[in-house]
Amino acid sequence: MNAPVDILHPNIEMDARLGIIDCDIHPFPRPGALATYLPERWRNHLAEYGQMTCGFYAGRGNYPRFQPYLSRRDSLPPDGGPPGSNVDFIREQLLHPYNIIYGVLEPLLGGNNSRNLDEAAALCAAMNEWQVAEYTDPEPRLRASILVSLDDPDAAVREIERRAGDWRFCQVQVGGKTTEPIGRRRYWPIFEAVLKHGLSIGMHSGGTQAYAPSPGGFAQFYVEDHQLGTHSVQSQVTSLILEGVFDVFPDLKIVMIEGGFGWVPQLGWRMDAHWTKMRSEVPTLKRRPSEYLKTNLWYATQPVEEPERPDDLRQTFEWIGWDRMVYSSDYPHWDFDDPHQAWRFQMTAEEKCKLLHDNALAVYSFR
Amino acid sequence: MEHWLDKEPRLRASIVVPPQSPTMAVEEIERLAGDGRFVQVLLPAACELMLGRSYYWPIYEAAVKHALPVGIHAGSMYRYAPTSTGWPSHYLQDYVSNNQLFEGQLLSLVSNGVFAKFPDLKFVFIESGVSWLPHFMWRAIKTWRGVRAEVPWVKQSPAKIIRANIRVTTQPFDAPDETVVGRIVEEIDCDDMFLFSSDYPHWQFEGDAITPPGLSSSLLTKMRNDNPLATYPRLRETV
Repeated sequence: MNAPVDILHPNIEMDARLGIIDCDIHPFPRPGALATYLPERWRNHLAEYGQMTCGFYAGRGNYPRFQPYLSRRDSLPPDGGPPGSNVDFIREQLLHPYNIIYGVLEPLLGGNNSRNLDEAAALCAAMNEWQVAEYTDPEPRLRASILVSLDDPDAAVREIERRAGDWRFCQVQVGGKTTEPIGRRRYWPIFEAVLKHGLSIGMHSGGTQAYAPSPGGFAQFYVEDHQLGTHSVQSQVTSLILEGVFDVFPDLKIVMIEGGFGWVPQLGWRMDAHWTKMRSEVPTLKRRPSEYLKTNLWYATQPVEEPERPDDLRQTFEWIGWDRMVYSSDYPHWDFDDPHQAWRFQMTAEEKCKLLHDNALAVYSFR
Repeated sequence: MEHWLDKEPRLRASIVVPPQSPTMAVEEIERLAGDGRFVQVLLPAACELMLGRSYYWPIYEAAVKHALPVGIHAGSMYRYAPTSTGWPSHYLQDYVSNNQLFEGQLLSLVSNGVFAKFPDLKFVFIESGVSWLPHFMWRAIKTWRGVRAEVPWVKQSPAKIIRANIRVTTQPFDAPDETVVGRIVEEIDCDDMFLFSSDYPHWQFEGDAITPPGLSSSLLTKMRNDNPLATYPRLRETV
């Protein structure tokens, strides 16, 4: 995971054929960078109290993450800043060698997780301005996400209204874990605003830590916690479908990010199997649960599961549908997936084109 | 004993133990282990701590001592929300998410080194679903490869540990047809893992279609006879 990527010898033959769209790039602020975009009232507040999340006060996670900044060792920029903080270095290390034509910024800074709703709104607004000023303006291939606080739908809708017309934003980003399962009605005004502006939602694994990462409690090690993250993604998909969100908003498009995708077929089978026996509990559901997996949801591939028999992954792609998968690298994090090496089975040129390029165009607003 | 074992010799019992107190759980195992009609130790799938934690290891030590597997059955003490993102509106959602609980416990057991400490211990996952196992193993392999230095006692691929130490009952299987069932069995790549179960008398009971469709006759024989006898050695004493 820490082998340096050979950025001097990009795969030119591949580049000539295919520009890649990367749906998960993590920008990270230089120390103090966000303060520029915050009103004085919130600069002072945060300096005094820190961010009010469902966790430690000192701005760290529940687990030692095993890597500085969760990142590849070779992603530290030459200027000494944190990984993901230097646009020139992102260009040199990621966009150029892989011929990435669009990269979706997914800041994971917890602005949307604050328990203090005014603080959340101020942080989301600041992070939105920071993304476009420091990333999209100098490098238009990098497109920003509209960060919103799900716990305050009114403020979230206002923030969407404020940014929706700006071409530099390509989606609304929400955290993977929420205070209630995401399909519940308190969140519906946000879905309505997203649709009104022709946007899509990217739901990135992570989010508020209001509950234990497993119904059995808290994990002991990062190796567990990392995989448990896929469960919140699965629960949110289940919630969206069985609460009827896609019946009320049939055009809503949601990309599930950094949860992998191996679970998608099995979740569909399991929902269908038990819905068949309990459908009277959700009598208004219009279709079989698994059908919504193929019409309203897309899956960003990283971290790509690694079966012992590589062709098992092809079978998984075929069960899910080649039109549902979008490539994501997770740069600069340690579990980065290389677009040419993350899958060890053979794809046709057409399949690869869907995965690395076409499918993302069907979801995101690249303007 | 009084209501079941003495009246119907074909039935075998589980030693139900209190996970709230491993000390008392061990006492209960010692009290009943001499009776060969008790064939496993039974725990709910969600307790106060995750099941790999060393707090529970005295229970596992006692189980190994008496050649008993540990069964964990769907069910929870509800110390935590049924999903990591809160409380869903429907029983259907709770039930659908239930396999996540087993997946979390499996990660906990492997990562905490339970099977490094007790290599002969078998866990039986009861009513856990089956078709989640392939993708679970693929992701566990990947993450372990990346950060295995954190858990140096996990010396081989999680998939190998799972095949050696985990057994899974076949109801519900969670697959739509025989093609998918066949593929999932192939991907799991370990016919020793499957144990037949009916879930009688619950309403999830599959009735006439009591085994997943499309299994070969040799696998059916294994899951109905050979595998249970290997998993529950005490059954061999009387069969």
